[in-house]
Amino acid sequence: MSLNGKDKKRYYTVYRIAGALLVLILAASLIFCMFDLPGLFSADHPGENVVAERYIENGIEETGAVNFVAGMILDYRAFDTFGESNVLFAATICVMVLLLSQKPSNGKERCRKDTDTAEDVVSETTEIEEIEPLIARNDVILKTVAKFAIPFILIFGIYVILNGHLSPGGGFSGGAIVGSGFILSSVAFGFERMEIFLNKKSAGIITFVSLLIYCLAKSYSFFTGANHLESGIPLGTPGNILSSGLILILNICVGLVVACTMYSFFSLLRRGKI
Amino acid sequence: MDFVLNFPFFSIMICMLAALSTFMLGKRAAAVVAKAAVFITLILSIVLTVYLHECGESFVYMMGHFPAPWGNEIRAGELEGIMAVFTCVISLLSLTAGSASIRNEIDESKQNLYYLITCLMEASLLALIYTNDIFTGYVFIEINTIAGCGLIMIKNSGRAIASAIRYMVVSLVGSGLFLIGTTLMYSVTGHLLMENIHESVMGLVADGSYDVTLTVITALMTVGLSIKSGLFPFHLWIPDAYSRSVAPSSSMLSGMVSKGYIFLLIKIIYRVIGFDVYKASGVFNIIFIAGIAAMIMGSVSAIRSKYLRRMTAYSSVSQIGYIFMGIGIANDAGAVAAIFHIITHGLTKSLLFLAASSFTGKKEDIKISDLKGMGHKYPLSAATFTAAALSIVGFPLFAGFVAKMLLANASFTEGWKMYAAISAIAVSTILNVVYFFRCIINLYAYGGFDGKDENNGTLDLKSDTLIVTGYERAIHAVSISALAVLNICIGVAPKLLSDIITKGLNVFD
Repeated sequence: MSLNGKDKKRYYTVYRIAGALLVLILAASLIFCMFDLPGLFSADHPGENVVAERYIENGIEETGAVNFVAGMILDYRAFDTFGESNVLFAATICVMVLLLSQKPSNGKERCRKDTDTAEDVVSETTEIEEIEPLIARNDVILKTVAKFAIPFILIFGIYVILNGHLSPGGGFSGGAIVGSGFILSSVAFGFERMEIFLNKKSAGIITFVSLLIYCLAKSYSFFTGANHLESGIPLGTPGNILSSGLILILNICVGLVVACTMYSFFSLLRRGKI
Repeated sequence: MDFVLNFPFFSIMICMLAALSTFMLGKRAAAVVAKAAVFITLILSIVLTVYLHECGESFVYMMGHFPAPWGNEIRAGELEGIMAVFTCVISLLSLTAGSASIRNEIDESKQNLYYLITCLMEASLLALIYTNDIFTGYVFIEINTIAGCGLIMIKNSGRAIASAIRYMVVSLVGSGLFLIGTTLMYSVTGHLLMENIHESVMGLVADGSYDVTLTVITALMTVGLSIKSGLFPFHLWIPDAYSRSVAPSSSMLSGMVSKGYIFLLIKIIYRVIGFDVYKASGVFNIIFIAGIAAMIMGSVSAIRSKYLRRMTAYSSVSQIGYIFMGIGIANDAGAVAAIFHIITHGLTKSLLFLAASSFTGKKEDIKISDLKGMGHKYPLSAATFTAAALSIVGFPLFAGFVAKMLLANASFTEGWKMYAAISAIAVSTILNVVYFFRCIINLYAYGGFDGKDENNGTLDLKSDTLIVTGYERAIHAVSISALAVLNICIGVAPKLLSDIITKGLNVFD
């Protein structure tokens, strides 16, 4: 279907008006519904039912987690959270599919294997510098601040992950903090230094192993739960760091996955490889 | 508890574990693992369906140590079982038949990711089918959307990425509407589990409170899911997404992914909102009219398109119209016919895309006029393509015929809908004949290179043919013949399938 310019313009106008009308209708109906809905903090809100009651009253003894939210997402409704972490996994894979396609170094690596002379290696590193012109190589302020900040960021992230069942936080938020520490480090000191311990291989292994542990642990608990077997996992004393059964392990796994995902997104967007 | 009842959970987890392990494997091992996982899932689903068919009941399965309103649970009946069987069949045969396309058209370093995405897709579809909780449904809709984008854009061409972006934008609008519907539903009922929502909705309807909100929720969920499955006014992402991706991707996307959302919609109609409440809201009539519009407009667009895979994609639009029309008839027979057509159309459309992959070769698409002589070059692909085309047209002995007959039968008791449905089926069938017979005639015509069209003649195709090993050729032949045979089996003996669907629907609410 070929349209000349005038027709196209007319179509666009029609589309714009129709789109605006649709959005207005949707917004109007949603706003109307909003006034119709029960008040959020009133006692007769339908959400204040047996479900919330049991989470609050029996949550601590049934899951062993002082943080109700952790108990809810990682024990009561663990299947949803399992799906949610797979959303993250799927997103990582799709970003890899999309961004690994523009790998500038792929051809060069092959060249390097063929020739393997010193000159080639040198020229390649200069080319990498050309690809990453925005990396601050000699920024003293950034480096000094990063040197101070990174240990605290990482320790705080690890704290949030490990105390996920005791205090607000958990794998997702703690992992994001650790990942931001990695990103700061790679911005300040270059990707080469990060690559020493977090490269494509190690990031892949960390993601794989954590998701595998997550998957197997949850499978075990789903299976025993559904077949009415005792899971045999001690819940410990609520409030202790080693308590709440699987939640601590799951938080660590989720935290590792999220940290690796954050860093690899940044790295992929920056230079097309991890 | 019988051990068989673990199978829905096992099949979801097996696919997830396979997806995880393909992440670390090379492309060959990944292919083996993915196919094996889907095959095991297929066996488990068949056993489960046979078991449930014999006992004729449905069951819920606790995911964890806490019973339903507190924890998560999944539910399986015959209907879920047969849907699981059919998604496994389609993804397994798409992977086997498409192995040559995957090897040739996808970057070598990404081939294991293709199998990963397929396994993830299969797992999330199974979870979508078995779910008994609308929020779980939403979570797995998300995985489905992202994995669908991956399936389209893995083909490393700018056009594939552009269509993946279009798919993602449209699809996310659909998920967004569904999510808004879910939150509103939670606000007025306080529940996420399907049975509990149903109970509260019944109470609300009896009180007469929140009637506008309930209508808005119904509309939002319906529109959200129909955007994601590509019902007529929202179908514009379909032709690009299906015609520019790799053949197995188009086969899976059209055959099972968009169908998963329709199945979820049926589940919501029957198990969440309730059939009578849904009927009272009048949304059925809108679905019905949109379905009829899709049947006609999809076919018209298919006739207008000059390219084979694009035409097949537009034909999907019209077939999805049939399914929605079946739901919109608003009786149980209509729903049975719609689910029957979900299965037959899934099998048929994936066969069309997979058979077409031998004609297109490495090219993204092929002009229909360039098909001349292909029937003699690829006899088996052409024969199965013809079989699938006949099935879509509604030729007796093929599954499509039974589906159309069930749809027409279902409309008989519904007054004005009968006239509309039957005339729409008649018109759409004639239009189907027009565009499919044009292909079939071209396929079996002699000539090939006709001298006029020098740049696009058949002779040029030699440089674009896929590099296919003997094993891949054999397995492609076996897979497409299996799909064709399955189609004819359903067409000759539809009783078993329609019985399972009817019984499954009876235990639905």
